[in-house]
Amino acid sequence: MQRFTYTQARSAEAVPGTGARIIAGGTTLYDLMKLDIETPAALLDVTTIPGLDGIAFAGDELVFGALARMSDAAEHPEVLRRCPVLAESLAKAASQQLRNMATLGGNLLQRTRCPYFRNGAHYPCNKRAPGSGCAALEGLDRGHALLGGSEACIAVYPGDWAVALVAMDATLDLLGPRGARSLKVAALHRLPGDAPQQETVLEPGEMILRIRVPVGPIGRASTYHKIRDRESYAFALVSAAVALDMEQGVVREARIALGGVATRPWRVPEAEAVLAGRRLDRALALEAGRAAFAAARPGRHNGFKVVLGTEAVADAVMIAAERSQRP
Amino acid sequence: MDDDPAGVPPAISPCLTRREAGLGAALVAGLAPAAAQAAQATPGATLRLVLRVNGKAVDTMVDPRTSLLDLLREQLHLTGAKKGCDHGQCGACTVHLDGRRVASCLTLAAKAQDRRVLTIEGLAPPGGALHPMQQAFIDHDALQCGYCTPGQVMAAVSCVREGHVTDAAQIREYMSGNICRCGAYTGIVAAIQDAATRMREG
Ligand SMILES: Cc1cc2nc3c(=O)[nH]c(=O)nc-3n(C[C@H](O)[C@H](O)[C@H](O)COP(=O)(O)OP(=O)(O)OC[C@H]3O[C@@H](n4cnc5c(N)ncnc54)[C@H](O)[C@@H]3O)c2cc1C
Ligand code: SF4
Ligand code: FES
Ligand code: FES
Repeated sequence: MQRFTYTQARSAEAVPGTGARIIAGGTTLYDLMKLDIETPAALLDVTTIPGLDGIAFAGDELVFGALARMSDAAEHPEVLRRCPVLAESLAKAASQQLRNMATLGGNLLQRTRCPYFRNGAHYPCNKRAPGSGCAALEGLDRGHALLGGSEACIAVYPGDWAVALVAMDATLDLLGPRGARSLKVAALHRLPGDAPQQETVLEPGEMILRIRVPVGPIGRASTYHKIRDRESYAFALVSAAVALDMEQGVVREARIALGGVATRPWRVPEAEAVLAGRRLDRALALEAGRAAFAAARPGRHNGFKVVLGTEAVADAVMIAAERSQRP
Repeated sequence: MDDDPAGVPPAISPCLTRREAGLGAALVAGLAPAAAQAAQATPGATLRLVLRVNGKAVDTMVDPRTSLLDLLREQLHLTGAKKGCDHGQCGACTVHLDGRRVASCLTLAAKAQDRRVLTIEGLAPPGGALHPMQQAFIDHDALQCGYCTPGQVMAAVSCVREGHVTDAAQIREYMSGNICRCGAYTGIVAAIQDAATRMREG
């Protein structure tokens, strides 16, 4: 691991000007520093900044401080009641130890688990070493993207929380060298294109302060359905975040986003449109599932995810619908 | 809380790491150098760290790259927490930081500044009975090689305190961060159910 200096921040205002790399829980950054993939010369620990770890309702908005721990948000009773898709996306991620360490802001910026990216210099990887090529394109692609890939990179965005946030139309409050701004979570991550090393639209030093989620009629009838190789403590093979607004069996509005199969959190308006205005049954839910994967381009070893994902979307829609009947 | 057991000696002296101990003859007598000397012996140790480990004050110098796990094992010689993967994937390194379970391998030691760390060594008061969870692991044969056990026990104590022990399925879910290559899971779940009752009884 390269040498670096370590400083603790006392206020958010001080962060953008330092030129140092932000570290929160460190469960992504320190991990990748141990692998010499991340090599920051200076770390600024933001978890010592007071007042950014709260979770609260403000009107029809659920507001998460970027430094709140995954475990706190996952078990927050109001989050569970008003917007289960958010709580479930966190509870089904990582382990309790990691959820105690990791923050909601850092979670959004976690990096791919592509084994060629993580496991080092023997493999070409445009994300790790721009211009070197992509080992996954000709290699083992079981864990790689069916949606949003490019000639340069087909790495999956591995997170769960961002997928749920994209389904819920969430917004970030940012503070950067050029001041404060807001950004939809859906606009945070870039497609890989020909520069897969650039993963987000954040500027250097720009800090996520808060995550705001509008929770109106849509929220309660929601779920995060995650399919894994083992029952717990694994990244998604495929996941579906679904939220519905229903009236007497008819879908007024549907939100559907996919995880584990795309290069960024992947909202599927095509699938949402299948449900809107129609009476829901399992056949219609499956139709939405098929629409969600209509644009999928499977590689050599991940074709099974088209079928698995279609079913996962259908199951998630039915789970969410059942919740709309709860008082 | 029992992160800070009463009646323990006031300080842990940072000792030389095994690597350092292999480096020079001056170290033959160097069983417990003061923090400043340790800093000289390790050129990268630029960060002063003050924390409490198992109720004892620790004041030491670390290289900023040091993980909490390496601080515990290599500098403080608390080798209960184990290094399985060093990447947050196995749970063998689980300790409590300010009362919450964490993976110490992915925790920068620097993050423990002014905080309380509890390791398996500090779980039961010295000289007394084992913690109910430790005893339950023995009673239920919840281990074979034992490598994962300190991490399992520390995670299990948290699992009970968090209230995640309503049934076997919930225990399995909230213990999934601790891998046991010997496959002692059946015994582990039974031990936690048993210890949960005993911990509640006090
Ligand atoms: C074994 C293992 C299993 C996991 N399983 C899952 C899983 O199933 N699902 C899942 O979703 N995740 C999983 N994760 C990923 C984990 O959730 C993330 O590593 C974690 O959420 C990152 O948060 P952090 O606070 O530790 O971020 P850090 O590692 O501290 O930071 C990550 C990145 O974000 C930047 N950053 C951090 N905070 C801010 C901020 N406020 N503003 C701007 N930039 C910031 C840092 O500079 C860095 O680039 C797993 C991780 C491990 C190690
Ligand atoms: S898929 Fe992306 S991250 Fe993986 S090897 Fe190819 S370029 Fe690297
Ligand atoms: S050694 Fe820390 S989780 Fe494996
Ligand atoms: S007892 Fe051997 S790894 Fe768990």
